Amino acid sequence: MAAAESLLRVAEEDGITRIEFVDRNILDEANIQQIGEEITRLVDETPQPKVLISFQNVDHLSSAALGTLITINNKIRSKDGQLRLANIDPRIYEVFVITKLNRLFQIHDSEDQALASFT
Amino acid sequence: MTQRSPQARIEHRLVLGSSRRGIQRAQRSLISAAQQRGYDRASCFALRLALEEALTNAILHGNRNNPRKKVTVRYRVDSGRVVIEIEDQGEGFDPQAVPDPTRPENVEIPAGRGIVLMRAYMTEVEFTAPGNRVRLTYVRPTVQG
Repeated sequence: MAAAESLLRVAEEDGITRIEFVDRNILDEANIQQIGEEITRLVDETPQPKVLISFQNVDHLSSAALGTLITINNKIRSKDGQLRLANIDPRIYEVFVITKLNRLFQIHDSEDQALASFT
Repeated sequence: MTQRSPQARIEHRLVLGSSRRGIQRAQRSLISAAQQRGYDRASCFALRLALEEALTNAILHGNRNNPRKKVTVRYRVDSGRVVIEIEDQGEGFDPQAVPDPTRPENVEIPAGRGIVLMRAYMTEVEFTAPGNRVRLTYVRPTVQG
């Protein structure tokens, strides 16, 4: 069976893993599972992961996607790593606010701001 | 049955399998009807998200992904409001018993946010005992004209 095509665009620079979603709609449960597995693999490969997830291409998401982000955040923190989110559309950001996850995640307006926030 | 007059209420009834494909089919149908009645992007975002969460609950927690069980969706769209009724073939649940995921002690738990989102984006969310049926009502914001 052929491997599933990656749903992420990943770039490594200065010890920071920058991730973008290929699909604008990350509602789909199968997609969410694959995205979670791909990011988990990247986190597993790094001793103290510093991960920036850009939401530039995302115009829909769901509670299942939020759940995957929480799982990723927990995993990164368990390895003393850091997760930053950036470029979130105002409509998507509202979902974070409603669920109060804007308090859990470090969310930045731009990737530059997010990159500068890593310690 | 779908009515096609520009001013008429659009009504639809869909019987879905317990699968992702069913959710997508229902979303396409509802959003198409809402767009035909002039609902804007923000409204369609709200409707799509609420339907996604309600159907995910119905399939995952209600029908427990049982491929033999169905989910019935009925919706009515007119110029002022959208009403969606979703019924699964599960045993139901008590929505009051679901822990509040926005409480600080629950915020790192990666589940349980679907009902919060439905209540936030819909004007009214009513569960009917034993909890296998939910009615979502969305009243069109007046600023949309």
